[in-house]
Amino acid sequence: MRNPLSDTIVQIPPSGIRKFFDIVSEMKDAISLGVGEPDFDTPWHIREEGIYSLERGRTFYTSNAGLKELKEEISRYIKRRCNVLYDYAGEVMVTVGGSEAIDIALRAMINPGAGEEVLIPQPSYVSYVPCTILAGGVPVVIELEAKDEFRLTPEKLLEKLTPNTKILILPFPNNPTGAIMEKEDLEAIAKIIIEKDLFVISDEIYSELTYKGNHITIASLPGMKERTVLINGFSKAFAMTGWRLGYACAPELILTQMLKIHQFAIMCAPTTSQYAGVDALRNSDEDVKNMREAYNQRRRYLMHAFREMGLECFEPYGAFYTFPCIKRFGMSSDEFATRLLQEEKVAVVPGTAFGDCGEGYLRISYAYSLEDLKKALERIKRFVDRLDGETAL
Amino acid sequence: MREKILAVLEKNSRINIKDLAILLGESEAAVANEIANMEKEHIICGYHTLINWDNTSEEKVQALIEVKVTPQRGMGFDKIAERIYQYSEVDSVFLMSGGYDFTVIIEGKTMRQVALFVSEKLSTLDSVLSTATHFVLKKYKDHGTVIAEPIHDERMPISL
Repeated sequence: MRNPLSDTIVQIPPSGIRKFFDIVSEMKDAISLGVGEPDFDTPWHIREEGIYSLERGRTFYTSNAGLKELKEEISRYIKRRCNVLYDYAGEVMVTVGGSEAIDIALRAMINPGAGEEVLIPQPSYVSYVPCTILAGGVPVVIELEAKDEFRLTPEKLLEKLTPNTKILILPFPNNPTGAIMEKEDLEAIAKIIIEKDLFVISDEIYSELTYKGNHITIASLPGMKERTVLINGFSKAFAMTGWRLGYACAPELILTQMLKIHQFAIMCAPTTSQYAGVDALRNSDEDVKNMREAYNQRRRYLMHAFREMGLECFEPYGAFYTFPCIKRFGMSSDEFATRLLQEEKVAVVPGTAFGDCGEGYLRISYAYSLEDLKKALERIKRFVDRLDGETAL
Repeated sequence: MREKILAVLEKNSRINIKDLAILLGESEAAVANEIANMEKEHIICGYHTLINWDNTSEEKVQALIEVKVTPQRGMGFDKIAERIYQYSEVDSVFLMSGGYDFTVIIEGKTMRQVALFVSEKLSTLDSVLSTATHFVLKKYKDHGTVIAEPIHDERMPISL
C-alpha cells in the first residue's frame, strides 16, 4: 500500500500537553490549574435562547456568513467596545470558534509554497504555527521576553522582518502569558506594519478579560483597519467554549475569500449557537462585568501567593493566566510540572507547550474557584519550599 | 471600594480581612476600616450562615404568611410591623406592594406550632384583617445559592 498520508501534517507534532492530560485524568484528588476555559457556566439567559431556538425548530443552516441579526450585533458590539465600524453585510462573518477564523484567514492570505512569512510571537496559543504550515506559509517565531512583560516590541518585530514577511499574528491579551498590548505598544507596531506594507491577524479572543484600562484593538488605529483581520469570539467573554462560536471582521477584499473557504469547508456555524450569540451580545454587559471582576480578584490573589512563596512572576493584565518563572530551581518546565503533579497532585501546563521560549515558565490558570486556588496554592507552596530545602543542602 | 467589599461579603461572609484585601487590591487597614464603618452605619447588619436544615436531624418548618392590615390613626405600617417583628418566632417582615400588605416569614419546629402562632398571636392583633399561611415544602435556591444539588466541575482537567 502506498503511504496515504501528507508529509506536511505528519511532520507537525501534536500539542505538547497530551502526556499531562493522561496522567491527571487517572489521578484521584488531583487539582488542575491547567484549564484554558472559563469555570463559569454560560449565563442562563443565553442558554435559554439556545433552547428556545431548538424548541422553535430552528434547526436549519444559516447563510454562510452567519445570521444577519448576529452579524449586526457583532458590528454594534465592536463599535461599542473597540470603536471600529465594520459593515455587517460585507466585513463580518461568523465562524466555528476563533480557531476556524485563524485557519481561514491564513489560508485566504498566503500563497502556498511562495515562501511568504508569517510572524508569530511566542509563547502563544498552539495553533498559529501548524495553521501557517498547513496554509503553505513559513512560520517565523518572535520570542517574547519577561523583561518586556511578554509584549511585542518594535525592536523584536524589526529583527525578524525580511522581504518575504507578509503577515503578523497579534495574540493579545495573550494565552499563556496573560500579557496585554496597550495603546502606545500598538501604535509602535502599527507604524512598522504600515511602513513595511504588512497585514495583521489580531486574535482578540480574551479582549473582555483585560484588567488595566479597556482593551484596544490595533484595527482602531489610523490606517490599520484595511490591514487587519480582527478575530474574536464568544468562548471567553461569555463563557461559551462548547458552543463553538467566533467571528472575523476584515476588509471586504479579504473577508470575501475567507468566506469561500468557510462556505466549502464548514457551511455555517451552528445555528443554535448563533441564536444564543445574539442574546449574548445584546444582554450580557452585567454578566461580563461580574466575571471580569471575579477573575481580577483571583488574579490578585494568585500574584500575592506567588510573591509570598518567592515565585517570580511579572504582573499579567489579561486573559486568565499567570506565567510564573521557575528558572531558579534549575530544572525544565516539563520536569517541574511533572514533579509537581506526581508529588503534590497539582496540574499546570509547562510553558514549552506554547513555544520553545516558554522554557523556564509555567502556565497557571485562574479559571477556578477561590477555594480550589487556595488548595492548589498550598500544595505549590509546599513543593516550592521543599525544592528550596533541597538546593540549600 | 464599598460596593466591591459588599459584593464579596454577600457571597462569603467568612472571608478574612487579609484575603479580602488581597482580592480587592487594597490595604488590610483600609478594608477593615470600611467594614467597621459599614457596620456602624448599619449597612452591614449581620453575618449569617446559609444552612440546609433538611440535611440535619433537626425538625424545622418555615411558613410565608400574607397579612392584610388596616393602618389606624397614629399607627402606620411601621408601627404595625414593629408589633409583628418583635416576636422571636418571626424571621422576616416585608412591606409589600399589591394584593396584601406584609409578608411575614415564620420559623417553627412543627406546622402546629406555626399555625398556633398565626391564630393566637398574629391574627389577634387589632390591625390585622386577615392572614394566609403558606408552608415551605422544599428549598431549591436560597440567597443566590442552589442548595438542591452540589455543582461539579466537569471540564477536562487540561486544555489549551
